[in-house]
Amino acid sequence: MSATHLISVSDLGKEGIDDVMRLADSFVEVSEREIPRVPALRGRTVATVFFEDSTRTRLSFEAAAKRLSADTMTFAAGSSSLNKGESIRDTVETIEALGADAMIIRHKSAGVPLQVTRWVGSRVVNAGDGWHEHPTQALLDLYTVRQALLRRGDGESFAGLRVGIVGDVKHSRVARSGVLGFTAMGASVTLVAPPTLLPPSVEGWGVEVSHRLDDVLAGLDVVYLLRLQAERMTEALLPSLREYTANWGLTRARAAALSPAALVMHPGPMNRGVEIAAEIADLPCSVITRQVANGVAVRMAVLFMLLGQGRNDSGRPESGQEAPVDA
Amino acid sequence: MAERERMLTPPRGGVFVARAQVMSPDDVTRVITRIGHEIVERNHGVGEVVLVGLQTGGVPIARRLARVLGEISGTEVPVGSLDVAFYRDDIGLRPVLPEAVTDIPWDLSGRTVVLVDDVLFTGRTVRAALNALADYGRARRIQLAVMVDRGHREVPIRPDFVGKNLPTRRDEMVDVDEEKGVMLGDVVVP
Repeated sequence: MSATHLISVSDLGKEGIDDVMRLADSFVEVSEREIPRVPALRGRTVATVFFEDSTRTRLSFEAAAKRLSADTMTFAAGSSSLNKGESIRDTVETIEALGADAMIIRHKSAGVPLQVTRWVGSRVVNAGDGWHEHPTQALLDLYTVRQALLRRGDGESFAGLRVGIVGDVKHSRVARSGVLGFTAMGASVTLVAPPTLLPPSVEGWGVEVSHRLDDVLAGLDVVYLLRLQAERMTEALLPSLREYTANWGLTRARAAALSPAALVMHPGPMNRGVEIAAEIADLPCSVITRQVANGVAVRMAVLFMLLGQGRNDSGRPESGQEAPVDA
Repeated sequence: MAERERMLTPPRGGVFVARAQVMSPDDVTRVITRIGHEIVERNHGVGEVVLVGLQTGGVPIARRLARVLGEISGTEVPVGSLDVAFYRDDIGLRPVLPEAVTDIPWDLSGRTVVLVDDVLFTGRTVRAALNALADYGRARRIQLAVMVDRGHREVPIRPDFVGKNLPTRRDEMVDVDEEKGVMLGDVVVP
């Protein structure tokens, strides 16, 4: 693996995703130990640079960095010099000057993490940029599905797996990264949403589209519910929350139609009672808390991949023609 | 971690070309039997002994050793495996990736841990393994068993049980193979 930054799931491809999955297996083992910490990234500094609110992603990255023995720095937009008018560029250059080897960036505008890669030498991980992508969420989702497949004895192949991504696709970076991830792994993806909550075009996404959850629900192996993002809705896209729940929410009545082996997933934070009935999130088919737990191991894998593979700035491993140094 | 993985994976990306057989598979079997007896002798039995094979070359040897110990003592000796990738001191200098997930499902506190590897060379893998083991509890003692000690140590590590002392050149490679025995050869980078 020779990735320098992680901006999009498409930076990895199937091979890169497989590498992350295998590496995450080792970090799950680490996380289960009494002392869940390895010295792998000692002396490296990981900065979480969040221009937008977050609970789980930020905490998850910080836990991942600490379990790898990296130092962490936290930037929170609300209490920063952004309020004095400092630009994003000056902000990230300052953070780099303070010694950040990697920056985990979240911003409400698409493209900010990519732009930051042009300004700083640090490794950059996209932790969510606007409606664009949230690659580590997709990776932990893939890992969670793979884990369920393996535990069930079905092997780790996603071929033939039917994934339904349900809800507010339009505003969802999780959906975009998820589509890229699941399709790269060979699963078939159906987007289920009212027309107003679909992006203007899904051409080239390689997905099917349905407007009725009841039509597709029984045939799904994975039901991925998206959060209704009220804070990003600037126009009237839905008549009412109740109508949304009645048609596209995973209600208790609707959950009865799920196939017995189906997995229910949600990226969080959940609007219980809106896209998911309050008690469904706690059913055995729900892997929502496992998604969160796996998030730490998967983010450890991403950080280790970006920071543990050679310090030269090209991001390529050194040629290694020196005398063998090991046995 | 076996020398084999390190030399044959990128960035080295070489191919191992064997020049001479140093031990036959039968020799290897006899050595495993002998080391088994030495472990029992040194520890006055196997009551607290746990074997931990280093990924990947040490793991099959550890398993065979466990069978021998079982036959000698009549009690089953637990076998784990350890991948030291995250404890290496060359992280950041070269690509370091684990070969397999570590499997040590017991608290090592109070146990006698016998680390098992195929080839002992610079000692850096064993150094990393000692750090890693500390995260699984405070072992009463840690001993080291290797099939081949080929010299060229870079850290003060000494094995307790040795199959064969084999003088080598630094740029040679030693490969321990279940079917072919112990081979001495070179890594040829195509």
